[in-house]
Amino acid sequence: MKKISKTTWSTISTYALVIVAFIAVQVLSGAGLISHSLQGQLVPICAYVCLAVSLNLVVGISGELSLGHAGFMSVGAFTGVIVAACLARAGVEAEVLIFAVSAVVGAVVAGVIGLIVGIPVMRLRGDYLAIVTLAFGEIIKNLLNIIYIGVDDAGLHFSMRDSASLGMEQGTIIINGPKGAVGIDKISTFVMGIVLVLITVAVVLNLVHSRSGRAIMAVRDNRIAAESVGINVTKYRLMAFAVASALAGAAGVLYAMNYSTIIPSQFDFNQSILILVYVVLGGMGNVRGSIIAAAFLTVLPELLRPINDYRMLLYAVVLILVMVVPHLKVYQRFVDMIRVRVLKRSAASEGAAAAEGGASHE
Amino acid sequence: MSKFSDFAKARREGTKMVPVPSVSIMPERDLGKAPALECLHLGIDFGGLKAVDDFNITVGKTEICGLIGPNGAGKTTVFNLLTKVYTPTRGTIMVDGHDTAGMGPARVNQLGVARTFQNIRLFNSLTVEENVQIGLHNRIRCGMVPGILRLPRYWKSEREFHEQALELLDFFGMADLAGHEAGSLPYGAQRRLEIVRALATGPKLLLLDEPAAGMNPSETAELMENIVKIRDQFQIAIMLIEHDMSLVMNICEGICVLNFGKIIAKGTPEEIQANPQVIEAYLGSGAQGGAGAPKGGEAA
Repeated sequence: MKKISKTTWSTISTYALVIVAFIAVQVLSGAGLISHSLQGQLVPICAYVCLAVSLNLVVGISGELSLGHAGFMSVGAFTGVIVAACLARAGVEAEVLIFAVSAVVGAVVAGVIGLIVGIPVMRLRGDYLAIVTLAFGEIIKNLLNIIYIGVDDAGLHFSMRDSASLGMEQGTIIINGPKGAVGIDKISTFVMGIVLVLITVAVVLNLVHSRSGRAIMAVRDNRIAAESVGINVTKYRLMAFAVASALAGAAGVLYAMNYSTIIPSQFDFNQSILILVYVVLGGMGNVRGSIIAAAFLTVLPELLRPINDYRMLLYAVVLILVMVVPHLKVYQRFVDMIRVRVLKRSAASEGAAAAEGGASHE
Repeated sequence: MSKFSDFAKARREGTKMVPVPSVSIMPERDLGKAPALECLHLGIDFGGLKAVDDFNITVGKTEICGLIGPNGAGKTTVFNLLTKVYTPTRGTIMVDGHDTAGMGPARVNQLGVARTFQNIRLFNSLTVEENVQIGLHNRIRCGMVPGILRLPRYWKSEREFHEQALELLDFFGMADLAGHEAGSLPYGAQRRLEIVRALATGPKLLLLDEPAAGMNPSETAELMENIVKIRDQFQIAIMLIEHDMSLVMNICEGICVLNFGKIIAKGTPEEIQANPQVIEAYLGSGAQGGAGAPKGGEAA
C-alpha cells in the first residue's frame, strides 16, 4: 500500500537519468558509435552539468540571480591545478587520488571565496545582486590574470609581477599570469565526471529536501513570512550561495584537468551566461532539467558541425524555439491531452483496485 | 541605589529579575510572572506622521485580546511593530519579560511572537506539510552537513518534522491536505494553514491579523471555536485584529480601540460597547449615544 511520493519519484528519476546516460555512452563508445570529437566533449559535458545543477541551487532554489558563476569555477580550476601539480611533484601517482584531492581542495577554496563574496553581496536583492555578482566574476578573472605561481624543491612561489620574479632556478611554473595554467596533466575521465555529477546532484537534492533546504525555499517564496517564523534569511541565502560556489569549484577542477592549458579569460561573463542559459532552459529549480539542458546544449554545436557555416545560427534558433514553443497554444493543448489520458488511465486502474471483488456493473 | 545593583542583588538571591533599560517607569519584575506582552509608549513615525503613538498595552499569559478601530487606524502597523517588521521610533516592547530592543523579526519570533498576515503570505510553491515544517524550523534541529550526508540525525529529525507537522495539521482537521501545494488551497484553508504555521513556531503570543476576513458566517463560527481551542490547548496569549464585531465581542476578554494611531479606549467588550468615544470613532460625531455601538454581527 505504501505509495511513493512525487518528490521521491523525481529524485529517483534524476539519478536514473544520469546512470542510464552513463551506461548508454559506455555501450555506444564500446561499439565505436561515438565520434572522436564527441568523445572529447564527454568531460566538459559533465562539468557543465555540475555547473548548471549548482547554479540552479542559487537561481532556482534560492531565487537569486547570480551572474558570476564562472568566477567560482575558475577559482576551483586554478586551485585544483596547483594542488595536482604539487601532488605530482610529491610523487603521488594514482590519478584518481590526485583528482579527488584536487577536487576537494578546489571545492573548499571556491566555497570559502563564495562565502567571503556572499557576505557583502547578500545584503542586496534582485537586479542589484545580479550586477554585483557579475562584477565579482570579472574581479576574480582579472585577479587570476596577474597571478604567477611556480613550484620547486623549496615549495610554492608566488608573484604578482611576472614569472621571472618568482625567483626559481629549476622549478616549474604552474600559473603564468594571462597565459594561464600550462602543462596540466590530463587526468579527468568520463567516469570521474559522472561520479562528480552524481555527487553534485546528491548534494543539491539532499540539501533541498532537508531542514536547511526548506528554509532556503521559504526565503525564496516569501521573505517576510520566512522571517516571521524565525528563519535567519541572510544565513540561508548565504548557505545556498556558498554551497553552489563550492560545487562550481569542483566542476572547475574537472573541467581544467581535461585540457593541457587553461587561461583565465575562458572564465568570463559569457561563460557565466552560458551556465545560466542551461538553468533557465532546464527550468528554475528543476535539477533534472538542468542536467538535460546542459548536456543537450553542449552536444548541439558538435552535432551541427557538418553544417559548419550555419551551426551557431541554428544553435540560436533552437534556443529561441525551446523558449517559445512551450507557450504556444497548440503545444499546451497537446500536453494537456496527453496528461488527461495518463490521468484517466491511472484513475481507471486505481478504481479497479478499489472496487476489488464487488465491482459496479456500469 | 542604581538599577544594576538591584539586578546583581537579585542574581545573588536567585530570583530572576530583569532591569528595564529603555523606559524608567516600568517596574522591575519577576520573569515567571511577566505578562505575555507589554508595550510602553510604543510609537512610530512615517515622516511627519505619527502612525502609532503612545501605545500602551498589557496582554496576560492566556488572554485573548482584540485590537479594533476604523480603517487606517494603525492596527496592522502595531502588529508590524510587535514583530519588528518596522523598527519602533520610540517605546518598549516586552515579550514574556524580555525587552525586544534591537532584535529583528526572526529573533522576536524565537522569543515567542508568531503572526498571520492580513494578505495571506504562505510559501505557495511548497506543500502544506512543508509549510508547517518550516514553522517548526527552530524547534527541531538538524544542521546542513547531516542533511547533505543523510546522517542518522537527519532521518531522526525528518521523522520528528513529519510527525509534529501532521499532529498540528490534524488538530485543525487538515491532515488530509498535507501533500497539497499551499498555493492551490481554497481561501479559508490558506488562512487556517497560516495559523497552523504560526503555531508551529511554539509562540507565547499569537497575533492574528483579520483572521475572519473573507469568511462566511459558518466559517467564522468555526474560526471562533478554533481560536478559543488554541488558547485552551496551547495555553498562549492571542491578540487579534478583526472587523467582525460578533467575533471580537464574543471571544475577546479585553479589547483595545485604536483611532488615528492612538488608543481611545480599553476594556471589556461591555465597556467598549458603551463607550461614547468608540461610538464616535465608528459613526462620526453626529451619532446618538449608544445607538450604533459596534454590537455583535455588525461589520465595521
